Amino acid sequence: MRAMSNLLDSLAWLPPPPPDFTAICRGVLASPQDFGQRLQWLASHALDEIQLNQLAKQVARAREAGHSLAPLTPFKLGLISNATTDLICPALVATALRHGIALECVQAPFGQVAQQALSSGSEIKRARPDAVLVAADFRGLPLRPTPGDATAARETVTHVLDHLTAVREGIKQEGKAICILQTIARPAEPCFGSLDLVTPGTLRHLIDAVNRGIAASVAGTEDVLLDVAGLAETVGLAEWHSPIEWNLAKLPFASAFLPLYSDHVCRLIGALRGKSRRCLVLDLDNTLWSGVIGDDGIEGIIIGQGDATGEAHLTVQQAALSLRDRGIVLAVSSKNDDEIARLPFQTHPEMVLREEHIAVFQANWNDKASNIKAIAQELSLGLDAMVFLDDNPTERGLVRRLLPQVAVPELPEDPSLYARTLMASGYFEAITFSAEDRHRSDFYRDNARRVALQKQAGDVDAYLASLEMVISFRPFDDVGRARITQLINKSNQFNLTTRRYTEAEVRDVGCDPDCYTLQVGLSDIYGNNGMISVVICRRNRSDWHVDTWLMSCRVLGRRVENAILREILGEARRRGIHRIIGVYRPTARNKMVEDHYSKLGFSVVERGEDGAVLWELDLASASSEGLHIPMAVERFGFDLVEAD
Amino acid sequence: MQSPEIYARLTQLFHDLFDDPELILSATLTAKDVDGWDSLNHVRLVLSVQKAFGVRFSASEISKLGNVGELVQLIEIKVSPSAQGDGAPHPSVLHGTRRENQSGSNASDE
Repeated sequence: MRAMSNLLDSLAWLPPPPPDFTAICRGVLASPQDFGQRLQWLASHALDEIQLNQLAKQVARAREAGHSLAPLTPFKLGLISNATTDLICPALVATALRHGIALECVQAPFGQVAQQALSSGSEIKRARPDAVLVAADFRGLPLRPTPGDATAARETVTHVLDHLTAVREGIKQEGKAICILQTIARPAEPCFGSLDLVTPGTLRHLIDAVNRGIAASVAGTEDVLLDVAGLAETVGLAEWHSPIEWNLAKLPFASAFLPLYSDHVCRLIGALRGKSRRCLVLDLDNTLWSGVIGDDGIEGIIIGQGDATGEAHLTVQQAALSLRDRGIVLAVSSKNDDEIARLPFQTHPEMVLREEHIAVFQANWNDKASNIKAIAQELSLGLDAMVFLDDNPTERGLVRRLLPQVAVPELPEDPSLYARTLMASGYFEAITFSAEDRHRSDFYRDNARRVALQKQAGDVDAYLASLEMVISFRPFDDVGRARITQLINKSNQFNLTTRRYTEAEVRDVGCDPDCYTLQVGLSDIYGNNGMISVVICRRNRSDWHVDTWLMSCRVLGRRVENAILREILGEARRRGIHRIIGVYRPTARNKMVEDHYSKLGFSVVERGEDGAVLWELDLASASSEGLHIPMAVERFGFDLVEAD
Repeated sequence: MQSPEIYARLTQLFHDLFDDPELILSATLTAKDVDGWDSLNHVRLVLSVQKAFGVRFSASEISKLGNVGELVQLIEIKVSPSAQGDGAPHPSVLHGTRRENQSGSNASDE
């Protein structure tokens, strides 16, 4: 339960704030340009109560200075409660930025629920809000327990509901405000114990009845429900209610939940202003299933019952499908060959998601930001309607940077928690649900379409530079041999020749003076990716034949190939080599490297009948100056005496 | 945890909370000396101290706090291993209250 609570109260689907949040926040007013966007960006992190308060102060200062908060949508919220709301107001103002709302929060004096709702000159009414949040706490409602007395209990429930109805009607008498009504979180302390639910007139019994009554009264009206009771139960009532904080300052719930509560309120406000997300873009490998379809094949990926990891990914698929059933459009963005990526959807018996569920299916080797843009255009949706789910932090970082409008939930290490994190994020909050919504996904009849490749969505190089990558080169050695052998026998996609070698053969290659070998590692701000590439060159007089060049697809699009070529060229020159000969041997899986040598400046020597292409690069004319290499280079274990 | 370390972390917290990066903490500093240290921000301060140091205060302890020195003293007692067993913060408020009841608080009504 603690883990669930932590996931929620820490807003685990949002990235952590930048380490210099306080400084950025203080400096945000210094330039009035794109003020709204920069505030929204700051708010899009997992902020605690203090940070929300800091941000709210900047909003207040901006308003005093007359700065525009465009393009954020203005919204005025009245807040009436029978508990202390002073901490809630600034948290709401800051959280609203995250949801694209420039919120103004008008607070009623403490405890004046009825007075504020019913009297015409009240602060709340004079402010002419767009909505009024009626935040009632069980301690401020006439909930008199009468255990065992069903008649008295019914009267109590009617009395409380009548009271809330009067408040609602009072608010609506003037102006056009709608009401946001809260359900009531019952106390953590029972009267009898389990018997509470059986016995009319206990607090448990009364509050359950009141909550059902509130929900029924909202259905079909323009007013909306904020299910605080459900939220409190989800995080745990004993966590939600803090007796100390209530006694100290009449805080209606533990302040640790202020960011979470505020996010729930602001989701609703966002939904009222049409800002809920409408499309879920899914990564495939290690998100919808465990494993890499291009390398592991249809029998190698893990999905489905009988395996803990397989079931975890199944839950992600089930969550996506349930979203589709309520009108959220599903799309796929994957770095894969199209036909290979579609295979599990077509033939894997354990897959819950099928091609007909996917409106747009983008499997190619383009960067994901470009593909998400293409998906949005194809669906005629704004980028601010998209959510992108990917297990890979680098892909998440790239999309966040290039397309800040797209919501990109953080994901925990364990895929068992992917679905819960996605659903806790509330990106798809709705205030109504109609028959039309139920069928909306079917409107995209032309299913699983593919959209033409788009040109690059933004400055990928700047993003790559921000990754602070360090590439490391080593010749084959004893320590790396097992992993080298594994990569040689497992890599299918980024593999020019798909030659397989045993561990003994790998050892022999490493000892052969006519062979040049490389094992390549890569680390970045997200951590160490380990060994990600292997190269073997064999000497033939003054030529080097590239026998093996393979790479893990996890580091695609990071310019690793450029760095490796520069490394090869440097070493070739030192050893008096004049020419590099490369060959592309096509297989069912390695189409993605068809143009590998062409991109690196090699020219065609000959094309074989089996589709193999022989390439060459003359060292006299080759230059590595045009190779963009956004990373630092480390070398280990090479014979430095030979250098220069 | 030693008091210089507590002061260092508190200083950062005060800077963020009162939005004043110049504020210097001393044992005799009171609410009157700090712009914005009203009853609301006092609650905020206490709550964020609890979070930052992984400790829980009882209602009576909070209302008795007179100056920064007393706050530091209270933190020192709470984070010392003898006061908290293994030093780990207790996850439950209810649990924490029961412990602090000895000091005369009526905060717990579980």
